[in-house]
Amino acid sequence: MNNRTETLIPKIGVITDVRIDTPDIKTFRVVTPDGKKAFDHRPGQCAMLSIPGVGEAMFSITSSPTNTEYMEFSIKKCGCVTEWLHQAEVGQNITIRGPYGNPFPVDDVFAGKNLLFIAGGVGLAPLRSVINYCRHYRDRYGDIDIVYGSRSKDDLLDYKEIIDEWAADTGVNVHLTIDNPQEGWDGHVGFVPNYVKELNFDTNKTAVLCGPPIMIKFTLEGLCGLGFDKTQIYTTLELRMKCGVGKCGRCNVGSKYVCKEGPVFRCDELDELPSEY
Amino acid sequence: MRKCSLDSVNSVFAEIAKAAALYIPADRTDGSAVYTKWEEGVVWSKALNTVRSPKDFFFPQMENLMEFRTSGKNIEIVDTRSEAEDFVVFGVRACDVKSFEILDRVFLTDPVDSYYATKREHGAIISMACTRPSETCFCKTFGIDPAEPAGDISCWKTETELFFQSNTEKGAALLAKLEGVTEECTEEAVDAQKEKINAVMAKLPLADVTTEGFGGGKTKDYFNDPAWDELSEACLGCGTCTFVCPTCQCYDIKDFNTGKGVIRYRCWDSCMYSEFTRMAHGNNRLTQKERFRQRFMHKLVYYPENNDGLFSCVGCGRCLAKCPISMNIVKVMKKIGGENK
Ligand SMILES: Cc1cc2nc3c(=O)[nH]c(=O)nc-3n(C[C@H](O)[C@H](O)[C@H](O)COP(=O)(O)OP(=O)(O)OC[C@H]3O[C@@H](n4cnc5c(N)ncnc54)[C@H](O)[C@@H]3O)c2cc1C
Ligand code: SF4
Ligand code: SF4
Ligand code: FES
Repeated sequence: MNNRTETLIPKIGVITDVRIDTPDIKTFRVVTPDGKKAFDHRPGQCAMLSIPGVGEAMFSITSSPTNTEYMEFSIKKCGCVTEWLHQAEVGQNITIRGPYGNPFPVDDVFAGKNLLFIAGGVGLAPLRSVINYCRHYRDRYGDIDIVYGSRSKDDLLDYKEIIDEWAADTGVNVHLTIDNPQEGWDGHVGFVPNYVKELNFDTNKTAVLCGPPIMIKFTLEGLCGLGFDKTQIYTTLELRMKCGVGKCGRCNVGSKYVCKEGPVFRCDELDELPSEY
Repeated sequence: MRKCSLDSVNSVFAEIAKAAALYIPADRTDGSAVYTKWEEGVVWSKALNTVRSPKDFFFPQMENLMEFRTSGKNIEIVDTRSEAEDFVVFGVRACDVKSFEILDRVFLTDPVDSYYATKREHGAIISMACTRPSETCFCKTFGIDPAEPAGDISCWKTETELFFQSNTEKGAALLAKLEGVTEECTEEAVDAQKEKINAVMAKLPLADVTTEGFGGGKTKDYFNDPAWDELSEACLGCGTCTFVCPTCQCYDIKDFNTGKGVIRYRCWDSCMYSEFTRMAHGNNRLTQKERFRQRFMHKLVYYPENNDGLFSCVGCGRCLAKCPISMNIVKVMKKIGGENK
């Protein structure tokens, strides 16, 4: 036996709840076998989940650190691990290790600022952690705007929580949009980047962007068009990961390992990196 | 300093092998050398450059990380790590010794990789000054002195004798055990040997290769260099250069179902493979050019940027000798940055 700690050796996690969010996204609640949180984390950090024999994959911890009882992961079905998880039932054991990556600077840079969160699709997963953290410490932040879009109404993640809790908070404005018109939807229709331009936000905000690369690209252009400076905008990168600790050599963009120095980046920092993400 | 006659080198090997597994470069029938576990009858190769680098001993091509037992919905994690046995790697060239400094900076920084760390603690390195460098050698480019190899114990070989100098506590303890088979000596013969080596090195074809113009902060300058197209054009993406390289450290983690449980193991991977960065929503390195560029930018720009200017190449020459299309890091260093370096 070897008594050293080893980050690659995970802990056991137990799935205690499975919520069907959209046709291809489910949210899983995970605790240790003795019912605790597997480890502490900061908003924006990730964890490696695995099913032995199937594989290991990286996911954002979508629950807020202020939730002291459990962690949640919103997972989109797209390959071996994610498909396997989608057929898992309550009580299923998985493995979990982390936390990995740099969090959003919620306690220093974001403090006292008006915040603008912009998400597309499953990109809401990392943002939900920050949004709920900022709602928990509501008096530390200014106004909060949330723009969230998906393909259809059925593809909006955390819909119930958004309507029942977020939209009900004072000083929190929620702006939802779907790509195409749909029966039963009287909200906004159109892509996120265009909606952001239409909403014509004031630039006295710190913005956080998460979603598919193409959405990030056009929304970033849109925000800059409104007069935002890249130093006011944060986003996350997603690259293939295996180790999570900057050693397997897989997730670098230039000299930065996204698993260690990301996934959270300020948009002006991204300009310093080669365009290989 | 201590010495023994070359005729009695087997008694030194036998003494070391009493307490630890000993690996030495031994000849294969095709004339190349491979590290082989020493036992009576295994003959030390005259060739210095081994086909595979000694990184194998500390970061093996394949290694089990842990096991899982599953029953129903339950999983049990079995920590299969054990303490490594003591072992000694003999005959490591100066360049290959330097490669451990490069790997240490990856695996021994927080969070420490316990698999590698355990082997580093239990393994001793006996290096060997280069008497016969090959045409593909360019260690001097990276400030490595082939006449002054580091390691726990350094050795020099003359026509008739083998000289030993310990550099670390581990080396001193090991050399103390060899007192019965070696004798105290002066350094004169070794000094003469060093001069000889340096004279040979100066005449090598790659003696003028320089790192000038490379290092941290050069990403913007070289990333879009048009020369990458031409350099990478014929690359087969076979990964040979990464596997023979003593400083390449990329790995994959995989699961194997044994029928009785699951073994999670890691194995070498290569940035030259298209699978390496493939994700559900696409691949950020779509063509071989991008993968090829990654390998060399990492060695010459990204790694030094993160490691106080240290390059992730030691000039061992293995990729020069083994690439099926005769592409290699020297050609890249001569071409990238062009005249403006
Ligand atoms: C920092 C970070 C945070 C993330 N957060 C989240 C999150 O909160 N929620 C979420 O849903 N996702 C998240 N992801 C993405 C998630 O990690 C991937 O969706 C996950 O790794 C997919 O794993 P998989 O085993 O299901 O897919 P894989 O089986 O690895 O498949 C991925 C894709 O590659 C293809 N593929 C894989 N292997 C092969 C092969 N051998 N041959 C051919 N094709 C192959 C598959 O067809 C598929 O399209 C995050 C990723 C990162 C890096
Ligand atoms: S890049 Fe080539 S010459 Fe340099 S250390 Fe690796 S194998 Fe040796
Ligand atoms: S050995 Fe040569 S052909 Fe093979 S991946 Fe390396 S550069 Fe390409
Ligand atoms: S995931 Fe291994 S280096 Fe980032």
